[in-house]
Amino acid sequence: MAEMKKVATRDSYGAALVELGAQCEDLVVLDADLAGATKTSVFQKAYPNRHYDFGIAEANMVSAAAGMSTAGLVPFASSFAMFAAGRAFEQVRNSIGYPHLNVKIGATHGGISVGEDGASHQCCEDFALMRSIPGMTVICPADDVEAKAAVKAAYAHKGPVYLRFGRLAVPVFHSEDYKFQIGKGEVVKEGTDVAIIANGLLVYEAITAAEELAQAGINAMVINMATIKPLDEELVLAAARKCGKIITCEEHSIIGGLGEAVCSLLAEKLPTPVKRIGVNDEFGHSGPAAALLKQFGLSAEHIVEVAKDFCK
Amino acid sequence: MTLNEKKQLQLTACKVRMGVIESTHGAKAGHPGGSLSAAEVFTYLYFKEMNIDPKNPKWEDRDRFVLSKGHTTPGLYSALAERGFFPVEDLPTFRHIDSYLQGHPNMNTVPGVDMSTGSLGQGISTAVGMAMAAKHTGKQNRVYTLLGDGEIQEGQVWEACMAAAHYKLDNLCVIVDNNGLQIDGAVDAVMSPYPIVDKLDAFGFHVQQVDGHNFEELEAAFATARGTKGAPSAIVMKTVKGKGVSYMENNAGWHGKAPNDAEYEQAMTELKAQYAELEAM
Repeated sequence: MAEMKKVATRDSYGAALVELGAQCEDLVVLDADLAGATKTSVFQKAYPNRHYDFGIAEANMVSAAAGMSTAGLVPFASSFAMFAAGRAFEQVRNSIGYPHLNVKIGATHGGISVGEDGASHQCCEDFALMRSIPGMTVICPADDVEAKAAVKAAYAHKGPVYLRFGRLAVPVFHSEDYKFQIGKGEVVKEGTDVAIIANGLLVYEAITAAEELAQAGINAMVINMATIKPLDEELVLAAARKCGKIITCEEHSIIGGLGEAVCSLLAEKLPTPVKRIGVNDEFGHSGPAAALLKQFGLSAEHIVEVAKDFCK
Repeated sequence: MTLNEKKQLQLTACKVRMGVIESTHGAKAGHPGGSLSAAEVFTYLYFKEMNIDPKNPKWEDRDRFVLSKGHTTPGLYSALAERGFFPVEDLPTFRHIDSYLQGHPNMNTVPGVDMSTGSLGQGISTAVGMAMAAKHTGKQNRVYTLLGDGEIQEGQVWEACMAAAHYKLDNLCVIVDNNGLQIDGAVDAVMSPYPIVDKLDAFGFHVQQVDGHNFEELEAAFATARGTKGAPSAIVMKTVKGKGVSYMENNAGWHGKAPNDAEYEQAMTELKAQYAELEAM
């Protein structure tokens, strides 16, 4: 495959906010001293009067966002996933989730691909935490095009949305006319032998893996499940009926994320063998993102290995 | 404040106290102590200070109130009911299964509740957000939030205070109910929040101290707060936990306990006597 353009979805987040900002007067962006890293600094530059820094105080930022939303503003509260979903979990749960307020949480630096900062900043628990809150929509886009579309869809959606973005630049495989819809998975490639259901940067890895598997005579279906909650149950069940085998891939703990959501659904409605690829209940560590992804098995190579073994 | 105005407010505060007893007795649960200590401020806010419309609880230009010490719902609900947001007769359904009067304030089920609260420390942050939004959109409404003196042990409260001063939220008034008691005992024995006034002052607030049971002092303080520009206001009220019911006064045991039937009778007898005495004045 030809060399593809690479963009970090955190950059897409900032860019989409700027685009939205032009039309949406009620949109405000909140940060906790990380505007440079979450890439909301581009919004801050474009619309300084609609950007509020809360300093290193995520709990206050998240609850204040809730208060702002009661007055009709649409706040995008931004921080690293570790702090937005982790540190401020209870504020998200009680200030935003319980009253079901129209707040968007833009969480960058999700997963192990944070890289050199190491385990303290590599949040692999955010899907689990956010999924557990009633009424919360949880989205992890796969590339630049989808990330921008997801930010716009989140703005249009009435109610709380958790958006997870990455620090690492990843291939842009969607064409500009791609239509994103909250709660709808995307069949990236049809197949019959095994269905690979992935989100975030693992979608491109799954696409690459499927190409390699084809050469080994395995026809893998690839599904991009950007919305983890609400899960596109119909699509998961259809893939299970068609392929009889499912592999889930996510840059998240195998506990509580996409894999578990898929397993729970299948266990109740259509028992199907599943292999989960993710972070295996362990902390990350420092290192270059690409090397870490390989080491933790979050790669096309590992997906191929698992699929081959699964399809024996 | 005329003598008659003061008398009317005192009578209303007494009715709010009766509502606290009715609702906690009806619920067989709830938090009477901190509801009774704040009966005057609930009354003053809803009957004098705030620009609100019980017929249009979601009116967008209304002043906002956030009960950051969310457990004292009986006091808030009782004041809202007295003010006409919903029937006083509903108060005894408080905390019942299927009642809209949830154990902690619920903005989606209870008319007049501006924010769902209950987890201490978060309400003040939401009030900061409301005040920021009002400034952002050029609205003239004010935002009030009531905190417990135990609640200010929460670190988030001070994050919120920092933000309130940083953004010069002079449309925000933070009220601290300094009744001196929390669940485990005296606040200074559990984890001293003192000096409260100095702390708020150092965080950039215009701070006033009042007797929280004195309507003249409340009136003066809220007027000064309204006139203070460029900084958020704080009113630290010295109060008596359980005020108005003899056996509850200054007793941490009545933080989160409902009166039984006999205790209910005694409390209502005492409050009715107070009401009659005020009326005769």
